[in-house]
Amino acid sequence: MKTERMPHKPRRAGFNPRTARRLLGYVFRPYKVQMAVVLVCILVSALAGVAGSMFLQPLIDNFITPLTRSETPDFGPLAQALCIMAGIYLLGVVCTWLYNRAMVTIGQGVLRDIRDEMFAKMQALPVGYFDTHAFGDVMSRYTNDTDTLRQMINQSLPTLISSSVTVVGVLCALIYTSPLLTVLVLAMVALMFLVTRFIGGRSGYFFTRQQKDLGLVNGYIEEMMDGQKVVKVFCHEEKAMEQFDRLNDELCASAAGANAFANMMMPIMANLGNLMYVLAALAGGALALGAGGLTLGALASFLQLTRSFSMPISQIAQQTNSVVMALAGAERIFAMMDEQPETDGGEVTLVSVEQKDGRLVETSAHSLHWAWKVPEGGSFRYVPLEGDVRMESVDFSYQPGKQILHGINLYAHPGDKVAFVGHTGAGKTTITNLLNRFYDIDAGRITYDGIDIARIKKPDLRRALGMVLQDTHLFTGTVLENIRYGRLDATDEECVAAAKLANADRFIRRLPQGYQTVLTGDGAGLSQGQRQLLNIARAAVADPPVMVLDEATSSIDTRTESLVQQGMDALMTGRTVFVIAHRLSTIQNSDVIMVMDAGRIVERGNHEALMEKKGRYYQLYTGVFELE
Amino acid sequence: MVKKLMACLGDAKRDAILSPVFVVGEVVMEVLIPLLMADIIDNGVQMGDAARLRSTGLWLVLATVASLVCGALAGHFSAHAAARFGRNLRRAQYSRVQQFSFANIDHFSTSGLVTRMTTDVTNLQMAFMMVIRIAVRAPVMLLAALGMAFSINARLGLVYLACIPLLGGVLLLIASRAHPLFEKVFRTYDRLNQVVQENLRGIRVVKSFVRQDKEIEKFDGVSQKIYKLFSRAERLLAFNSPSMQLAMYTCMILISWLGAQMIVGGTFTTGKLMSMISYAMQILSSLMMISMVFVMIIMSRASGERVAEVLDEESTITDPEHPVEKVADGSIVFEQVGFAYGSGPETLADIDLYIPSGSTVGIVGGTGSAKTSLVQLIPRLYDATRGRVLVGGVDVRRYGLHALRDQVAMVLQNNQLFAGTISENLRWGNENATDEQLREACRMAQADEFIRQLPGGYESRIEQGGSNVSGGQKQRLCIARALLKQPRILILDDSTSAVDTRTDALIREAMARYMPQTTKLIIAQRISSVEHADMILVMDGGRIAAKGTHEELLKSCPLYREVWQSQQKGDEEHEN
Repeated sequence: MKTERMPHKPRRAGFNPRTARRLLGYVFRPYKVQMAVVLVCILVSALAGVAGSMFLQPLIDNFITPLTRSETPDFGPLAQALCIMAGIYLLGVVCTWLYNRAMVTIGQGVLRDIRDEMFAKMQALPVGYFDTHAFGDVMSRYTNDTDTLRQMINQSLPTLISSSVTVVGVLCALIYTSPLLTVLVLAMVALMFLVTRFIGGRSGYFFTRQQKDLGLVNGYIEEMMDGQKVVKVFCHEEKAMEQFDRLNDELCASAAGANAFANMMMPIMANLGNLMYVLAALAGGALALGAGGLTLGALASFLQLTRSFSMPISQIAQQTNSVVMALAGAERIFAMMDEQPETDGGEVTLVSVEQKDGRLVETSAHSLHWAWKVPEGGSFRYVPLEGDVRMESVDFSYQPGKQILHGINLYAHPGDKVAFVGHTGAGKTTITNLLNRFYDIDAGRITYDGIDIARIKKPDLRRALGMVLQDTHLFTGTVLENIRYGRLDATDEECVAAAKLANADRFIRRLPQGYQTVLTGDGAGLSQGQRQLLNIARAAVADPPVMVLDEATSSIDTRTESLVQQGMDALMTGRTVFVIAHRLSTIQNSDVIMVMDAGRIVERGNHEALMEKKGRYYQLYTGVFELE
Repeated sequence: MVKKLMACLGDAKRDAILSPVFVVGEVVMEVLIPLLMADIIDNGVQMGDAARLRSTGLWLVLATVASLVCGALAGHFSAHAAARFGRNLRRAQYSRVQQFSFANIDHFSTSGLVTRMTTDVTNLQMAFMMVIRIAVRAPVMLLAALGMAFSINARLGLVYLACIPLLGGVLLLIASRAHPLFEKVFRTYDRLNQVVQENLRGIRVVKSFVRQDKEIEKFDGVSQKIYKLFSRAERLLAFNSPSMQLAMYTCMILISWLGAQMIVGGTFTTGKLMSMISYAMQILSSLMMISMVFVMIIMSRASGERVAEVLDEESTITDPEHPVEKVADGSIVFEQVGFAYGSGPETLADIDLYIPSGSTVGIVGGTGSAKTSLVQLIPRLYDATRGRVLVGGVDVRRYGLHALRDQVAMVLQNNQLFAGTISENLRWGNENATDEQLREACRMAQADEFIRQLPGGYESRIEQGGSNVSGGQKQRLCIARALLKQPRILILDDSTSAVDTRTDALIREAMARYMPQTTKLIIAQRISSVEHADMILVMDGGRIAAKGTHEELLKSCPLYREVWQSQQKGDEEHEN
């Protein structure tokens, strides 16, 4: 089994300015004021630090040396100076605390903003996206990738800012003290820069790979854990191990590479800093000893400055890792955000209306009547919501060139029950996926109450269409909440009534906490049939004028099903219903039965007419139809 | 817990030992460097001794290079040790899960297992790397620098000695206060993952009910909660570096003050004062690192516990000591069998049953009548809590699991295909099956036709969870996969519910014709699926309410007759 689904080019990952700018936009734009405060605090705190290292010289030259010469040493001025220093230090400490604290709020805020935006974007993606992306890999963006951003925003960003401030300040002081030695120092810095680039580039490459491998391992584990019972039944444990080992080894290799280079960065940079110090001392010493015109005091202070110079540089270098890693994470997050969302060119909306003087008038009051609000040349026309659905010469393909549906024509008058029968794969499910625009058609037209559904806003269209899907999906929460998912403002009584209608009430009452029983893990404790019943109750509470029942009743036992059928029949009156069922017995009372084969409707008519015709339906029905 | 996790070190051991060794080397060199540096200044530059300058300079360069090499090697080894440790932890858990019985699997949730194998392991991996590198480095550095400070001036060294417990105490307090908050944060993260996961799976439900806004609101709520908790926790940690600065600055001022008086008193030198101050940095930053490691370890403790839970989970079903490796035939016997999930009430009670080899048995019954529970005992997916189940005349508990399950194929109700090609999926049934065997199984399962119509035929890709084939196609593929095993017993647990009636009948016919020796158990909702079975069991409330042939049951079992009639209604209408 191959799990690698997206082709990837191994490239030397590094600093991608566009991603960085975009990421910084999340930090600086919404938190302008806070960031300004942070910048000021960082500046003050950095300056307090520099003041600390600069204080040594006046301490020695201005206080200690004169004091040693003095006969009656007066420690007063020293105490005073130390008090001033204490004040400066205290200010520095307070500023450090302030910006650390502010960064926490900003960092967490940015993460929340990004998470929320990512989720909102995800909700807007078309169904096709989820067909082609591993869930675990998507999950990884919310967890692993977002985590890398936290590191960067909370730690790297302040460090980078304060280090840069220090570097610039110290550089000026260096040049002032000895331009000649500064050249030597800058040469060393260039070397450090090259090393950083090399190591940073290597580790960046591995970090990007690590994030990707992590996503793959995540996806694989997710899939296997989900199918663990199948693995057991097929004694497939060893095989499942093999593939896992391969992915796991790859992750191990990229993680080792990434962290090895990251770990090396600090000792290498620190020691290059030491080396710089040593070389400066040797060269400076030679200058001082020879005729370089360098005083001993100047040398001492130059060396001290060299030290203050290499520290922030190695700190900057060290942060490159987490920056590169965060950018790798950010890139994955942005990639998902940039996916083409579901397009919705709709302008027609669904509004609540009431009848006034024979005309439909929009109302905000809770009314039982709905109408389509169709914009027409500046004003609106109201079309009552009735549930008339038509398909005219509809062609469809999931992928270009592989046509699935061919010239589908279909008319469902309000209240009609339209049934689809045919082999699996004949295109029945696909048709229903077109009605609510999970996918868009290639050619032809679908109308709802005479309005092209392409003109209707998707949320409004979907609100007007109830769906009982083939795969049941429940959400963590109580049974009641799951039923209420169909209509959020439904009262408890309405939910219970819907459950009764779907015949779910009986089994729900037998659950430990009845309607308040909390379901977890997609309703793991329930049987397939029970999940289906909840699914139907959920659709019943939504109460839309058009319903699609996609093979929904297939796993309910016959006894329950006959009861469900009664409820359904009640539910169906006055509603347009599309049914996809395998038991011909359940669809005999349909107004129209569409017999499908290979993406085409090959026969249509009601049960009697089709039986009369003695065609495909008759053959299916009597079981005469033979294979191949 | 630590012991359990450390048992997973494996091939990480060598690097895990080498790493601290080089760390110590690095620290030794780092402590030497300032000494040599003092020598260069005092004896080289100040004395104007060019030879001394060069020789000490050379030593210095050597020490620096040695420190660099040691540091780099330590970094390398620690990264490799941690990555291997992480890999081994993931592997250990994964292989543990492979040993799990169904009951064990039920015990953990899927998303829980995924988190344990990914996020938790990553946390532990990072913590481990910290421990073998920073946790060694910091204390060694602390002691070395403290020793140096004391050797220079014991009285001033006392300032540090006073500062260390003070700062240490504060850092410890912060860490211990932050810890419970972090635990809460992680729990909330679990909830966040759950929301995302449910939305990924149920995206069609969300979209068709137009609940995007509700879901976004739900997500934002959890996201906001994380924001609040995490901010609170990190605000506590934000005290760390100012406390550290405060301690350091206090030390500097105290030492400046006391040092100045000593110098004036003639008991101290200016040079020594400078080195005392540089040691302040080393001592206090080591302390800071120790607290960081401490926080890291505490934070990863929860992860460690969660991982250990998986490793500790004992499989409730294991191979017997001297397993029987051969299944004689496909006969099945239930003797006084009772079964309960966990400590719940009995789902199955008083099951007595004999199924001869090669026969076809239909099982019908309402939702929750324990049909699935009954058949799950045969391949020993669960153990009977009472009585015993025999396959081929031998108690299932005496078989090697592999041997038993190879001979008892079961198509689960909630079946699963995996990302990969169709033939890869089918070969789960029999790794060494020839292409001809694949096709044969698919022909029996009525899957061959649609597979061949796919653009890639048998090499067409199945997406994760089989999302790109219809429910009926998925079921037929799952049946084909089971048929490839050529089992002695085949169990179909409502496996043709999404398959149309004609195909359903063809599958049954094919099985009857080509697998006469195989005992077939068919759980079905449609009576037509089991009508021709040699025996039909009617399950009700965990008991066998009736058994017999179709004709017998029609006469003797009102329940059965009622169901039959409700399903036959259409036909009769037509005939009239």
